[in-house]
Amino acid sequence: MKSYLPSEFIVERDEDKCIRCKVCVNQCTYETHSYDEQDDVMRSKDENCVNCQRCVTMCPTHALSIKKNPGPFRDNANWTSEIIKDIKKQAETGGVLLTGMGADKPYLTYWERLLVNASQVTNPSIDPLREPMEIRTYLGAKPDALEMDLEDGDIELKTKLAPQLTLETPIMFSAMSYGAISLNVHESLARAATKAGTYFNTGEGGLDSRLYKYGEHAIVQVASGRFGVHSNYLNAGAAIEIKIGQGAKPGIGGHLPGEKVTDDIARTRMIPIGTDALSPAPQHDIYSIEDLRQLIYALKEATDYTKPVSVKIAAVHNSAAIASGMVRAGADIIALDGVRGSTGAAPKVIRDNVGIPIELAIASVDQRLRDEGIRNKASIVAAGGFRSSGDVLKAIALGADAVYIATAALVALGCTVCQKCYTGKCPWGIATSDPWISKRINPDIGAERLVNLLRGWSMEIKDMMGGMGVNAIESLRGNRLHLRGVNMTDTELKILGVKMAGE
Amino acid sequence: MNELDRKLVNPFNNDKDFAGCAIFGMMDLEGKRFGSKDPVKAMANMHDRSNGLGGGFAVYGIYPAFKDYYAFHVMYLSRDAKDKTDRILASCFNIIYDEEMQTKPANVIDPPLMWRYFVQAKKRRPENLTEDECVIQAVMRINTETGKAFVFSSGKDMGVFKGVGFPEDIADYFCLEDYQGYLWSCHGRFPTNTPGWWGGAHPFNVLDWTVVHNGELSSYGINRRYLEMYGYKCTLQTDTEVLAYAFDLLMRRQRLPIEVVAQILAAPFWSDIDSSDPKRSYTLRAIRQTYGSLLMNGPFSVVVAHHGEMIGLTDRIKLRPMIAGTRGDLLYLSSEEAAMRLVSPKLDRLWTPRGGEPVIGRVGGKKLVEVAAKMEAQ
Repeated sequence: MKSYLPSEFIVERDEDKCIRCKVCVNQCTYETHSYDEQDDVMRSKDENCVNCQRCVTMCPTHALSIKKNPGPFRDNANWTSEIIKDIKKQAETGGVLLTGMGADKPYLTYWERLLVNASQVTNPSIDPLREPMEIRTYLGAKPDALEMDLEDGDIELKTKLAPQLTLETPIMFSAMSYGAISLNVHESLARAATKAGTYFNTGEGGLDSRLYKYGEHAIVQVASGRFGVHSNYLNAGAAIEIKIGQGAKPGIGGHLPGEKVTDDIARTRMIPIGTDALSPAPQHDIYSIEDLRQLIYALKEATDYTKPVSVKIAAVHNSAAIASGMVRAGADIIALDGVRGSTGAAPKVIRDNVGIPIELAIASVDQRLRDEGIRNKASIVAAGGFRSSGDVLKAIALGADAVYIATAALVALGCTVCQKCYTGKCPWGIATSDPWISKRINPDIGAERLVNLLRGWSMEIKDMMGGMGVNAIESLRGNRLHLRGVNMTDTELKILGVKMAGE
Repeated sequence: MNELDRKLVNPFNNDKDFAGCAIFGMMDLEGKRFGSKDPVKAMANMHDRSNGLGGGFAVYGIYPAFKDYYAFHVMYLSRDAKDKTDRILASCFNIIYDEEMQTKPANVIDPPLMWRYFVQAKKRRPENLTEDECVIQAVMRINTETGKAFVFSSGKDMGVFKGVGFPEDIADYFCLEDYQGYLWSCHGRFPTNTPGWWGGAHPFNVLDWTVVHNGELSSYGINRRYLEMYGYKCTLQTDTEVLAYAFDLLMRRQRLPIEVVAQILAAPFWSDIDSSDPKRSYTLRAIRQTYGSLLMNGPFSVVVAHHGEMIGLTDRIKLRPMIAGTRGDLLYLSSEEAAMRLVSPKLDRLWTPRGGEPVIGRVGGKKLVEVAAKMEAQ
């Protein structure tokens, strides 16, 4: 069938600058570039280009640039080029449209409509370069009250605290599974988390035994496929996360195609080489809240009650009630993943339409747990499209204890959010299991770039906190009086629990 | 509290009380009672720290003849509110004695009707509430349901006198020269909001706990939300109110010693916690992990009092002043040294407490220990 699809991008090559070095040919995993020996010219197939910018970045003479194809279609606010192309694609394939990364539509974000406070006159702002500014965060269940005796000024604590995770910055790396991303990326995340005093999440594909040495900074995930889950794995991590859902694709499972299941991945996932790794939509041993309780306690038993157990859900309509049930079922951490959460592969229609914005989910879950007097029994970790320290700070002010970042971490490693992760051919060596491509990530450099990112964001958070006049993050957490809203309805302000700017 | 009343107490719907202030505390560590002369003189000396929009005094040991009864000081903005309040009080308590409070003309603004009641909790109480809990419920009901009544204080053998005016004028208005107490906690206010509101002046009170506060809590939003989990309604939207409730939760309900409470409200830095010996480090970490939401962040200095005890505390990086001194059996806490020197030129000891380090004065006298012990038993 002849494809009616126009190419999305146009490759422009400055022939004066091009030295025919063929770097672009080698770098492009989509075979966009080729060298015609007979005519000594470089040629490119525009229709293959995904605009990942790999060739542009690597071209030694800056001869390349990629332009968006202005498009053959007439402007139409309803029948946009994207929609016309999607329909043609489906007419030609009869399949579900796949995509990668998080929702790319602008209408699902609240961060820009929330503004942060600063001190003026009546209280002093604090200079984080000259005074302590504390962002350390502990995740895990906290008691209602402490019992203690005081003898000769010496405090004798009688209450024993549940196990806690110690974060030197309230930012962790979110779940990305081995198989979806390469070993080198996993190692970069693991080393960066270790160095920055935070945690990385293994995702649902297990943890390669070579990375167990970073286990003290790992949150090991248990998902519906149970890939790579065994006693050593559970005990290797600092915490365990039960994955119920994911913001990019609430309510559905996952699919790692067999061609991506190489030796190492097969061993780690405990499946035969080359077989598809299918994660069922639900966890088939969790059809109700009491089933979740059983799994939480099975995992706690397996690790002798030494590790906090997190339960991750996609932010959906009834998140607040569900979260309350999860806390009562014994979860020490509630991870919420909003509608803008990212993924290696998801049906586009689900990514862009299912779930609710993380801002609203944080606000309603935090408030519900407070209304029920159980907010202290679990920490809240928010995920789903955090792009800057400003987003992180606002999430914490709304009521999150910490956030997970994934897209931002991958961007730090080279990702340009071209949304083609599902092809397995990531030219930046990130979302691939191809050993030749994945060498493009050097864990030494990767870890350094990630640590730099965390350091930069942490300093910015401290700067903003100092401006607000608070020198400890617990005074920011849930402190919605430091936020004001703009361009929102009364209902939106009410759910977020913030006042209108100027009020 | 309905919309109209909220407008009355907090006309601009501010998040919190933006105020600079003068605070002064004076207590006799043997429990001997003394008059208003020195506390008022000290407050007058710090005149410029307030702006005439709020002054107040909490005095302990003032009603020896009625020391077994809860003393309610109630402010009324309408007669109707008094009728409603009387009904609430009568439904929970036996009213032993009540009277209009003694006042005289003074340089104060729009004084409301002030009433004093001595009440006794009824033997038969709903849901097995303790006497103290009955009092708290009644206070919350009066403040939220009657619209125009507000309880200044509700403890035994103590009382709060406060209003709109400079502290020395408030003292004049309430005839404080006629009272004797062993502990005086005093406040002059410089608010940038809630003008003209007598209930907004300090001290704030629950049972016999009072707080006078200089500062602004940048952590107010989360402090309030944490306390709401434990049933406290912050009706005034002032940060001082959350301090009062925090002390009530931690010291009265959870029975934590003040040494620990200080570590909660002005928590040590993680670097100090990490470098303590392992046992102390574990304890301090647990305290901060558990009560992080009650860390009072931002500039404050505060004098907290209840029967038998006066506590001075500042925020952990000491963004507001507090100085302490002793002379004989007298303990002084003050925003400014000059005020203390004025009433006691020859101090035995004078020191500047570090940020987050509490100064605790306790009565050793037998009579007052009895009062405290009796209340503990309830």
